[in-house]
Amino acid sequence: MEMPRRPGWLTPPPADGPRHTLHIVTGKGGTGKTTIAASLACALATKGRRVLLCELEGREGVSQLFGAGPLRGAGERRLVMTPAGGQVYGLSMDPENALMEYLETYYHLGIAGRALDRFGVVDFATSIAPGLQDLLLIGKVYEVARRLIKRMPNSYDAVVLDAPPTGRIAGFLNVHEAVSDLAKVGPIRGQADAIGAVLRSEHTVVHLVTLLEDMPITETIEAVTDLAPTKIEIGTVIANMITPNTLGRDQLEMAVAGRLPLKIPGLSEVINKTLADEFATDAQRLLAELERRERLQELRLPILDVDLDPLGIDEAAILAIASSLRHQLADEVRA
Amino acid sequence: MTDLDVAELIDNPRIRIIICCGSGGVGKTTTSAALAVRAAESGRRVVVLTIDPARRLAQSIGVEQLDNTPRPVRGIDTAAGGSLDAMMLDMKRTFDEVVADHATPEKAEAIFANPFYQALSTSFSGTQEYMAMEKLGQLSAQADADDRWDLIIVDTPPSRSALDFLDAPEHLASLLDGKFLRLLLNPSRGPFRLMGVGFSLVYSAMEKMLGAQVLTDVKTFAAAFETLFGGFRARAEQTLALLGSDRTTFLVVATPEPDALREASFFVDRLTESGLPLSGLVVNRTHGSQLEISAERALALAEDLEASSGRTDGGDHQAEIAALRRHADRMRMIEREHRLLARFSASRPDVAVRSVPDQSGDVTDLDALRLLGAALADEN
Repeated sequence: MEMPRRPGWLTPPPADGPRHTLHIVTGKGGTGKTTIAASLACALATKGRRVLLCELEGREGVSQLFGAGPLRGAGERRLVMTPAGGQVYGLSMDPENALMEYLETYYHLGIAGRALDRFGVVDFATSIAPGLQDLLLIGKVYEVARRLIKRMPNSYDAVVLDAPPTGRIAGFLNVHEAVSDLAKVGPIRGQADAIGAVLRSEHTVVHLVTLLEDMPITETIEAVTDLAPTKIEIGTVIANMITPNTLGRDQLEMAVAGRLPLKIPGLSEVINKTLADEFATDAQRLLAELERRERLQELRLPILDVDLDPLGIDEAAILAIASSLRHQLADEVRA
Repeated sequence: MTDLDVAELIDNPRIRIIICCGSGGVGKTTTSAALAVRAAESGRRVVVLTIDPARRLAQSIGVEQLDNTPRPVRGIDTAAGGSLDAMMLDMKRTFDEVVADHATPEKAEAIFANPFYQALSTSFSGTQEYMAMEKLGQLSAQADADDRWDLIIVDTPPSRSALDFLDAPEHLASLLDGKFLRLLLNPSRGPFRLMGVGFSLVYSAMEKMLGAQVLTDVKTFAAAFETLFGGFRARAEQTLALLGSDRTTFLVVATPEPDALREASFFVDRLTESGLPLSGLVVNRTHGSQLEISAERALALAEDLEASSGRTDGGDHQAEIAALRRHADRMRMIEREHRLLARFSASRPDVAVRSVPDQSGDVTDLDALRLLGAALADEN
């Protein structure tokens, strides 16, 4: 399919801000996609910067992480001031609100907009009109990201989207495809073209969150294939919840085989043996993680590591992951 | 915390339908498959309906082809008189069948060709949920008719929220039966006649926004679907009745994580509210230890070893230090999981819970499913 040409207003991201304006974070369910999106937003929020963290579908995962009140219907609200001195805002997006806002902005539909709602059109349009729901959501993301590009007020230095899971991400981002069957001309088509142009430009990057487990890695590899036709840049693969490891492969193999006896002074032989047995299962996991990492490396994308936090994820954990991501993403953050 | 007796559940001949639900990534599909294998090998004639299994799991239970037909799973021990069929849901095909069942061939053709139908049957966010329930209804009817199965196990789609799959049939039915579509069909008739002015405003707004072609498509879609409206509603109601009957039970699946348990709580509340039968909560991937050494003590021991070796890598004691640190993490995880589960049980004391230990590898073949099934069924 022929892609429309790059519009003239699309200037590159400012040199004194993050390398990309729009960061799209996806991953299989259960991989910690929301945690990573929140951490990335905090990592990008260096001194004096404002970053917006967008959540879809009213899951309220973001507000839970920061112990804040519900985001839905609350507009753009500040979530946290980072230790580095930046600010992270949160926004919960849903298709109904996005449609009403869209009608208001582009068509100045006051009464008619409310009438649409009364007639069930909003429900209809956001539920079955092909691709319209996704288009409305990505359209709202575009609206907040565009403020920086068009030097509009209330802009953010970066926008991080906690996007749909890997299985749906290519369809979600493929706005061009979504409307091409339906709206051959007209305002929606123009809007879709503008969104597509920003997504394909140097403003936008996708990050894929995975665990070092079979299914998430398979989905990550599939997502990379699915995303190729969209021409949207894939930045990094973020390996989340990895088990910290200091041992070599041969030592791990010995531990699994029961040939790595432990001799901890002050502990009985029985306890040393029990610990060795327990460690054998950990070593098996570590070996499996090493192997799966090799599968990921075949993608030839930078792999970032985020260690498993046995205490779980709260605001402090998010800020700790943010600091680790900031080091691993120095080129991206451009602090 | 009440214990959930999974073994009793799958042996209970009065239970004919088990529905596994929960948020994405908690192991619903694997849990459904493991329950199915165990029930089949203990003598039940089982069909498992999976939604989107991982490829290797799909291969091991023989549902690589997305052909909407239950097929026997090879390698099942049938000595106890049971059997296992498996199928993967083909959402579009199921929808096409529903349409073909209810419309004349010409109408069906017109519907299949309409772009709105194509979107509805492939990408509407509730279609997968709706079709899973539709397929469940079909399988249940078939089981009643030919007695091929006495237990249907259903894996639910990875919904954006736990509630979608209960709401989807009703949502879709009300959507297709909605004011807007009826208005498009008959703007000048019936109780809506008086709303004519409001409607023309709406119509011109839609036209401006979407273009005339889109509206024409919507109209033909609405016209073609008109005859199906009643059918959709009736089927949605039938499905709900089946879900609420005493032959059905729900298993909520979660992991010991705040998000998953929060979703599980929502689901439990919703099932209770709707009077749907809940057996309990399965918590996958929990941790345990045979060692009574606290996280703090393990870390202190590791530090002592590091200090005595005088090297940052721990010198000769590298393995000991690594094992102690892993053990410390494990103890912290166990403590955290206990706290989370205790909180869940304190707020929902009537819900029976079964904790399933973390499986050391990916569950992708029949043997691994058997091990997981044993873990699900046994007291720990």
